Formats: sequence, C-alpha cells, structure tokens
Amino acid sequence: MRKKFYDLGKVIGLIVITAFLSGCSKMVVLNPKGPVGSEERFLIYMAFGLMLIVIIPVFVMVFWFAAKYRASNKKANYDPKWTDSAKVEFVIWVVPILIVAALSYLTITRTSSLDPYKPLPSNVKPVRVEVVSLDWNWLFIYPDYNIASVNELVFPEKTPLSFKLTSASVMTSFFIPQLGSQMYAMAGMQTQLNLLASDTGTFMGQNNEFSGHGYANMHFKAISKTPAEFEAWVKMVKQSPDSLSMKTYEHVSQPNVGYPVTTYSSVAPGLFNHIVGQFMEWMGREMKMKHMKMNGKPGSGPMNNKIMEDN
Amino acid sequence: MFGKLTLSAIPYNDPIIMGAVISSTVLGLIIIALITYFKKWSYLWNEWLISLDHKKIGVMYIVLAGVMLLRGFADAVMMRAQQAMAAGANHGYLTPHHFDQIFSSHGTIMIIFVAMPFMVGLMNLVIPQQVGARDVAFPLLNSVSFYMTVAGAGLIMISLGIGEFSNTGWSGLAPLFELKYNPGSGVDYWMWAVQISGVGSLLSGVNFFVTIIKMRAPGLKLMRMPLFTWATLTTNVLMILSFPVLTGALFLLTMDRYLGMHFFTNGMGGNMMMWNNLFWMWGHPEVYIVILPAFGIYSEVVATFSRKRLFGYKSLVYATAAIMFLSFTVWLHHFFTMGNSVDVNIFFGIATMFIAIPTGVKIYDWLFTMYRGRIKFDAPMYWTMGFFVFFVVGGMTGVLMAIPPADFVVHNSLFLVAHFHNMLIPGVLFGYFAGFHYWFPKVFGFRLNEKWGKRAFWGWAIGFFVAFAPLYVLGFMGMPRRMSHYSVLAWQPYLIIAAIGAAIIGLGVLAQIMQIYVSIKERKENMDVTGDPWNGRTLEWLTASPSPEYNFAVIPKVEDIDAFWDMKEKGIAYDRPKVYHDIHMPKNTAAGLIMGVVTLGFGFAMVWHIWWLAIVSIVALIATVIKVAFNDDVEYVIPAAEVKKIEDERFRILAENQDKNFMNEVKGGTK
Repeated sequence: MRKKFYDLGKVIGLIVITAFLSGCSKMVVLNPKGPVGSEERFLIYMAFGLMLIVIIPVFVMVFWFAAKYRASNKKANYDPKWTDSAKVEFVIWVVPILIVAALSYLTITRTSSLDPYKPLPSNVKPVRVEVVSLDWNWLFIYPDYNIASVNELVFPEKTPLSFKLTSASVMTSFFIPQLGSQMYAMAGMQTQLNLLASDTGTFMGQNNEFSGHGYANMHFKAISKTPAEFEAWVKMVKQSPDSLSMKTYEHVSQPNVGYPVTTYSSVAPGLFNHIVGQFMEWMGREMKMKHMKMNGKPGSGPMNNKIMEDN
Repeated sequence: MFGKLTLSAIPYNDPIIMGAVISSTVLGLIIIALITYFKKWSYLWNEWLISLDHKKIGVMYIVLAGVMLLRGFADAVMMRAQQAMAAGANHGYLTPHHFDQIFSSHGTIMIIFVAMPFMVGLMNLVIPQQVGARDVAFPLLNSVSFYMTVAGAGLIMISLGIGEFSNTGWSGLAPLFELKYNPGSGVDYWMWAVQISGVGSLLSGVNFFVTIIKMRAPGLKLMRMPLFTWATLTTNVLMILSFPVLTGALFLLTMDRYLGMHFFTNGMGGNMMMWNNLFWMWGHPEVYIVILPAFGIYSEVVATFSRKRLFGYKSLVYATAAIMFLSFTVWLHHFFTMGNSVDVNIFFGIATMFIAIPTGVKIYDWLFTMYRGRIKFDAPMYWTMGFFVFFVVGGMTGVLMAIPPADFVVHNSLFLVAHFHNMLIPGVLFGYFAGFHYWFPKVFGFRLNEKWGKRAFWGWAIGFFVAFAPLYVLGFMGMPRRMSHYSVLAWQPYLIIAAIGAAIIGLGVLAQIMQIYVSIKERKENMDVTGDPWNGRTLEWLTASPSPEYNFAVIPKVEDIDAFWDMKEKGIAYDRPKVYHDIHMPKNTAAGLIMGVVTLGFGFAMVWHIWWLAIVSIVALIATVIKVAFNDDVEYVIPAAEVKKIEDERFRILAENQDKNFMNEVKGGTK
C-alpha cells in the first residue's frame, strides 16, 4: 500500500518537474533578449537569494520546533518563563535590517540605472517610436521615417529604441516582456521608455493594464530584425498603398477589437502631438503654446510631461 | 418615475446570470419560508436583528462574511474555469463583458464584504471581553456600522439581477470608470456599495478605538494588552485615518459621473494619476487593516497552544505599531510603472521593504514562542502553522516587487495576482479561520469539530498551493492579469492546474460547512462548561461560554500581561465576588436596521437616478438620526438579584465540572 503511494508520488513529482522545466524556456521574463530585461532578471535572482537568508530558517524552525516541542514529547524542555532574550531579539531585528539595507542599496543604484526614461548607452543612433494606445489596438509611428504600423512593431536589433507613449483613450501599459520594463500610456500625457533587443526574433508584446472590452486582444508582435532587414522593411512600408492621414487615424482609433496588421507609407504631420494635445484644448491656444516651450526632462515624470513637446 | 431603470436592465437572456439570480432568490425564499414555518420571526427580530449586544452583532457580521465568501468564491471558480478553457480558438463560456464584471465583483466582495466584516465580526466577539468591558463604547453606532455594511453588500447582490456590475476591478481604473467609457449602472453599483460600506467601516474604527482606549479594565495598561487588542487598536487608527480618503476619492468620482465634472477624466484638466494616488492612499493601509488583526489572532493562538507567554511581547507591539506607521508611506508601489521620477520610485520602494523588517521580526517572535513550549495541535494551530509556511513566500515575492525595476517586469501580471492572494489567503483568511475556531466556543458554548476543521485546513492549504503556484510561474511567462481569453497556448496547462487548485479549495469550503453541521449536531459532546476550553491566557476566557449579555458580573482587575493566566496561577480565577451590583445595558433598537434599509434605498436610487427616492431616503435617514438623538430611554437595568441568579448557575456548573478547568494545573506557577 505504502509502496503504491510512493510510486504515485514519484509519477506526480515527475509530471510537476517536467511541467516546470518545459515552462522554464517559456518563462519569457526570465529569458530576456536585451540589457534592460537581463538587469531586471539579475535583480529578481538577487532579491530571492538575499531573502532566502530569512526564509529558510523559518521553514526549518516551524517544523523543527513543532516536532520537538509537541505536547506529547515530555522529554523536551518546557520553559514558559523564557519570553525574552536580548540576544535573540538582537539577531531577529538586525538580520532583516541588514538584508533590507542590501536590497535598498540595489534599489537605489538599479532604479537609477534602469530608469525607463534614460537613453541606453550605444554607438548606434536610436530608433524613435511614438506609441499610441487605442481602443483596443496599438499604433506605432516612426517619426524618423515618417511611417507607421498598427499592431506590429518592427525594429532593428542592437539598436536603442526610444519610445514615447500616449493613449487616445483609457490608461494602458505597454509591455514587451522579453525586452524588460513596461510603461503606462495615458491620454493627454506622454511617458517614455527605452529598450534594446540584443538579438533578432519575434517577441510577444501586450497591454498589461485592463482597459475594457477588447483588452484581452490588445497584443502585438514585436519583431527584431537585423539592421539590413529593418531597412528593407522600411522601404517596403514606404511602398504601402495606405497612408495615415487624419481621416485614416479617425477610422483606426474607433473602438474595435483586432484591427488587422497594417502599415502606412506616410503619417499626417504632428499626429502624435495632435493625439496628446486633443485633451488639452480646454486650456486654450495660448496656454498650449506657453507649455510647448517647457520640455519635460528625462526622468521627470509624466506630470512634467503633461505638455506638448516642441520638436 | 424609475429614473434610468427599465425592464431591459434585467439580463433575462443570459442563462448564467439568470441561473444565479433564480437560485439565490429561491434560496432566500426557502429561508424565509422556514423562518415563517418555525415561527421564528420574533426571535430573529428581537434576539438578533435589533440587538445591540456586541457578540450578536459580531455573529451577524461573520454570517454576512460567510455568505459573501460563498459568492466571492463562486466568482473565483468561474474565472478559473474560464481561463482554463479560453485559449486559442476556444473563447470559453463567458463573454469578455461578463468575465470583467466577475473579476471586479470578486475583488470588491472579498476585500470589502468578506475580509472586512469577518474582521469586524471577530473584533466584536472578542475585544470588549478581552479588555474587560461589558460592551463597546457606542453600541448603537455598532449596529449602524453593521447595517451600512449589509446595505453595501445588498447593493452588490442586487446588481446581479438588476443592471450589471462594474468592469473596472475592485480598485477602479481611471479613466475607464468615467461616464464616457462606462455609461452603464455597473460602476455606480460598485461606487455606492464601497462608499456606503466604507462609512460603516469608518464608524467601526472609531467605535473600537474608543472602546480600547477608554473602556479597559482597571490595571490593563497599554503594555499589558493582549496582542489581538493591540492589533485591533492599530487597525482602528488606520481605518480612522484612511477611510476618509476613500470617501473623498469616491465623492470626486461621483461628481464626475453625476455632475459632469472632470476630476479623473482625460480632458478638461482631469487627472487619472490622481485617482491611483488617492485610491491606494486608502488601499494600501486597507491591506494592513485586514492583516494586522490576523497577526493579532496568530499571536493569541501561538501563545495559547504553546502554553507559553508570547516571546518578545514588546517587540511584537513595537513591530505592530511600526507596520501601522509605515503602511501610510508605501501606496505608490502600486504604480511604479506610471513614469514616476527615479527618486520617487526609490523612496516608495525602500519604504515598502522597511515593512518587511517588523513583519520578519513578528514571524520569529512567534516561532520563539513555540520554542520550549508544550504545543498542542488543535485546528487553530494548523491554520497558524500553514500561515508561517506560506506567508514567508508571499513576503518574499512582495519584497521582490518592492524593487521598482523588478516590478517593471511583473507588474499587473499573474505574479502580482499570486502575490496578493498569497498574503490574503494564508495571511488574512487563515488567521480569521483560526480565530473563528478559537473563539467559537466563547460565543456558542460548544467547540467546533476538530476533524472537519483539520480537513478544511488541508483543503485550503493544498488548494491554495495548487491554485497559486502556477500563477507565479505564469507571471514569469508574461501572462497579464484579467485576461478573458489568450492566444499563448503554453499558458493553458498552468491555468488548468490552477483550476484544479480552486476545486481543492472548494473541498476545503465544503469541509467547513460540514464542520459547522457536525459540530451543531454533536454539540452535547463538545460543550464548553468552564468558559476556558483551550487553557487560555486572556480575559475573554474568564467569562462563561456563552458569556452572559453583560460579559463580566464584576469588572476584573488586571495585574499582568495574560491577565487570566495570571489569575489561574494565583488560584483566584474562579473566586466568587462578594456582592453584585445592578448592571446597565443598552436597550435593543431597530434604529440601525432602519438606517441600513433607508441607506440601501438611497444607494439603489442613486444608481438608477431615481431622484425622488434618493430625496425621500435621505430625509428618512436624517429623521431617524434626529429621532434617535432625542431618545433618552436607551438603557435597561439588570438588577443585582438577577445577576446573582445567573452567576450562581455559572458557579454551580463550574463546581460540577471542577476537573475540567485548567486552574489546578496552572496554579502556583508552571514548571
């Protein structure tokens, strides 16, 4: 009987381990394809490692004390007056404090170095992308090439990607798990995000913040190509029969689920700023102009960026 | 006449919703029929509904929590089933709109209408007796708080059959909850349900704060208070300071939705980021509001079942207070990814980690309480041990997410969902279940069945692990929360495992229902004749089980931490007082119930824009308050002779069962 249970346990254990291992390769967050994601994975491992110093003793002590000091074990020392110990108190306060101090150090240094607003160091000129979150699709505008695409993000590998994000509707969160950091997109504001893919490949991109009816469908392919392939893609898009005029934008931005992947050979001038600015008309023309002169600095937060950038 | 309310608000073409509506209506009718058949209406009315006895109000709170737990759990099962199915070509059995309402109602119900009433219920059962008082400071206010919570819960239940519920999560999502994106009744139901019950919670906070500060027995200094009392005190501070923020934020949203204002809208200067800040300024303390009392319960349980005074009492008190202060400094960690500046993220990240220090200290203090103890493993101890094991894992994932750049990749993923369920199920709920089992005999006079209690524990513990471990993995696989459908097929096996986990938790829930049934059936064998079934340490075990309505015939004098244990050691725990005096107790009144009904009417009227009804209910509410304020006849007297009669009976039973009390064992110090 006991043997049977043991065998059953082995089988279940094997299934669990296989499931876990096969999951490992699909754990995209732990399989990053860029420096931002790699650093963030390092932080996750470090934090887990440091915290195990506190946690493993808890596991051991729970079962050890429970077994040793069970009421039926009359041999164990019973000392109901032992309720204070300066030594023990010292250790249980100081060890967590030291661990938190170490984690705080990591937090201070890495929050600065991994600031999503901070441009990534590279010799290559960054590719700029203006991301607009629509109900329930993603619009990507490439201002340097004057092209755009819907629901598909194409970019060159080993090249810094400098995103500006806004929303034409509700709040969403732009996230390509294998590249690292996500960032909210909010209407009337622009946020920023800097990423880099160190490899070619097709990655999953998605919205991580619930945004209503079509939320579950609000994902896209993020395709990293070699620079040559990317240039070819840009050329191809330039040949596209569609252009993103104001009128086309009005059509695309209507609430709809699963807009087909579309590329646009040209983009209405200042479209991104128009989308940000449409929520600020109440301020009047004059205010808008005044604000346009105050550029948001990297890392200064969306509050300061709640203005139109003058580019 | 009926505002926006028309027949089309009833979702009669949705078989799933109508099934739920019809079955809950039938269940309600059966209960009403049974009460009528057994002619129990006047008993129910006089002994329960209009009672101001804190113990009875406590029981009603817990019944409410239990009913809502079943509803919230049904929501959970539906979500797990949907996500186990809806991969690739299969779109599951729920429409996105239905799924969105389910996750919103699940969260709202579990936090506001399960955790909160369960917690306030346990406070009601225990706090007055633990501080040696005869009632709470404001008995009528206590009843009002309860009926406000019931009114909020009522609104949510009504939304099932009339109209819809919010689709913007329990925390609300700006600007998705604005009229432009959400013109239906759902957001209004959520808003008013949370607003109304929030008033009830604020009043409860005031009530118990004053009770603990002003009504402690002589000698019960602050640094002698039991840890559950301390935890309740700190929780009350949090409730008093944080709930007004929620009230204010919801009021601004009301302005937006009803008067076309722009606090959280996209245009016209509205600021959605302000909603995140305001909501979590309440929302984060709220998490500690529900977990601190659970910590208090673990403290009581560990000390009692280890037969040992708590290790590091002062440390535990200071750690609790530290958590109270720190909980107000961490709200921004709910949105590190909003584009905040580096310094802001660093501040809130480190502040969040700081909370891990006192929390870690508490865990170790509890463990060292077990050290050199004589541990008995009754069901409350099972829940506590389960808490130790699971909670540290949740703490670990929590600290991980406190590091802003690490949070950037797991934020809003299933990793986050797994983390907070890890805190709320083994952290909060296990504690409340332990407290329920522990204090049940004090209220009903008999113990709960141990075997079924332990089965319930295994169901919950194993089910929790099977349901939420895959969610941690899925978070690393990049799966966002709240997906009604997904096309990444690699996620599906994990979601099927999670669904199995939910089913195992279901077995735990069934075991709990079974436990109550079996315990009532076999109550004669499990009577608690001494009032002290566990060899307890604190004052609530000094009274009879169930305790008389006045709790203490004579207010006890406290001379040490663990006052009752101290009395047992000195051999004076069961000494008869020489004289009894008349006792003044609050008279029953229907005022709280009336105010609850009227408020429910007001909430419903506001949801559907039935202005005349809103005005009528507000006028009725104010009129009731004025009427109550002018009523001086609020007390009745239990004459000394009557008290003596009750107490004589108590001492007769005690004498008959002398071998069953623990005093002889404890007397003269233990070694």
